[in-house]
Amino acid sequence: MKILVAVKQVAALDEDFEIRADGKDVDPDFLVRDLNEWDDYSLEEAMKIKESAATPVEVVAVCVGPDDADEALRKCLAKGADRAIRVWDDAIEGSDSIAIARLIAAVATREAPDLLFAGVQSSDHTFASTGIATAALLDWPHAAVVTSLTYTPGANTAVFRRELEGGVLHEMQIECPAVLTIQLGINTPRYASLRSIKQAAAKPIEELSLEDLGVAPGHVGESGSLSRVRRMYIPEKGRAEMIEGTVEEKAARLAQIIKDRAGSAP
Amino acid sequence: MSGILIIAEHRRGELRPVTLELVTAAQAARRAPSDKVTVAVISDEPAKFIPALSVGGVDEIVAVKVAAHEFEPDTYEAVVAALIEVRQPGLVLVPHSIDSFGYAAALAAKGRYGFATDVFRFEYQDDGLVATRGGYGQKVNVEVDFPGKDIVVLALRGNMFKPPEGAASPAVVDFPPPPVKSRVTGREFIEMSSADDVDMTTAEFILAIGRGIGEESNVEQFRVLADTVGATLGCSRPIADAGWLPKSRQIGQSGKTASACKLYVAMGISGAIQHLAGMKHVSTIVAVNSDAGASIFSIAKYGIVGDIFEISEALREHF
Repeated sequence: MKILVAVKQVAALDEDFEIRADGKDVDPDFLVRDLNEWDDYSLEEAMKIKESAATPVEVVAVCVGPDDADEALRKCLAKGADRAIRVWDDAIEGSDSIAIARLIAAVATREAPDLLFAGVQSSDHTFASTGIATAALLDWPHAAVVTSLTYTPGANTAVFRRELEGGVLHEMQIECPAVLTIQLGINTPRYASLRSIKQAAAKPIEELSLEDLGVAPGHVGESGSLSRVRRMYIPEKGRAEMIEGTVEEKAARLAQIIKDRAGSAP
Repeated sequence: MSGILIIAEHRRGELRPVTLELVTAAQAARRAPSDKVTVAVISDEPAKFIPALSVGGVDEIVAVKVAAHEFEPDTYEAVVAALIEVRQPGLVLVPHSIDSFGYAAALAAKGRYGFATDVFRFEYQDDGLVATRGGYGQKVNVEVDFPGKDIVVLALRGNMFKPPEGAASPAVVDFPPPPVKSRVTGREFIEMSSADDVDMTTAEFILAIGRGIGEESNVEQFRVLADTVGATLGCSRPIADAGWLPKSRQIGQSGKTASACKLYVAMGISGAIQHLAGMKHVSTIVAVNSDAGASIFSIAKYGIVGDIFEISEALREHF
């Protein structure tokens, strides 16, 4: 039994940042990289299945990204993933989430897992579409925003709950193999120990090219995408009236706002 | 390729209000007077939703009678793909919602349609459709286009378009669904409840805490502060996920909406879009955050950059 966990090395912005000269992204010097927060939860969910199974379960992390994405995969290895795969080729630059899904689907075809987990979305671009597009390209059953999962390794079906708007859950049953996108809060992700971080640093990361996966360069990058970035810009934003002063002055003003509240101050 | 196709969203017998927001959004996408706005409703009883969908701006309702009572990803994907095949609309609009998360990307990937999610603005320019979405925690806007795509599927963010006013009498036609074997089937809905029976939707004054509180042992002092100032204590997602406060106190898209709230004091909440969905309508929002660049300051009425522990300690002195 095998679980493939698709992860992403996301980027957050420094407090001050500049848009790249071509106007289509942020200058990479101002990007801070990390493993996507949702992926901590999908990896943990895979580890929970692995650790409670009576039969061996292999957890494989896969990431599409350049060299520095190894960092995200090492984190997965440190937390207990058995293997890590990184897919890259310069032709992949400019891919949207659907082109990335094509690569993950190709890895899934090669690995033939019983389940594929992805985060609901990535914190940087929040497309919320890579996992479900991967399922479509594999023609696998799929479900999004899973907040609890009951699955016995080897079973033909899994039961899960998806988290709807307004604090309601929807329990559903899905045929396996399947793709599930995992929501924050489904579990409590573990921290990697120093020892396991050191061990992970020495583990190999398998690198796959487009050729290895049998994906034509025209099927990734802008030509393999369903959308193309035209322009990125810093929007004019509404701005709160900032309350300045010492801590005491700020607190006094806040107290006044609370006391002025229409009607019902205690 | 002409016309705009909207996919209605409904749950437990009720039309989801976001569907009507899509009707408003669609008006701006009419490029010729002949461009029709069609709403498709997929249900075991589609006729039930026709009155709610008969609003100004809808030219036609397509009723698709399927076996399932509630949303199923395979069913929606197959029906919408068949509708697109027959109707060849230039634009398909769905809400950027949990249900759409479950099938829209699959639909677009298989059909190779143009596709973008969480879109809050779009327009036709000389060289085609341009959609705008946020990036990097909403700190930038990103314009995307769809070169070579005659059919584009957009998932639109909620609460960006006002629902239309006034009734209309759109034509109603039936559409036979394609055969589909649903591999994902619904069992039941579960209301999240907990021993803590607070109702955030009726609270008028909420003091909400977020990741900025740091650790669980700090929750207590904010509970005391909320009591002292007469507020109901709420939180953002990370606090509920960590189990520091019950889920019933979570404000946001997947939690509760602060419907009755008039004053919202957000402490240590950066302002993820999902949190804002539950509170940005509140008339007086005060944000306290140590990060001057936090998104929450863009929707707050008042902002305080500072240490939430120092501010709250000083605040307590006034009550």
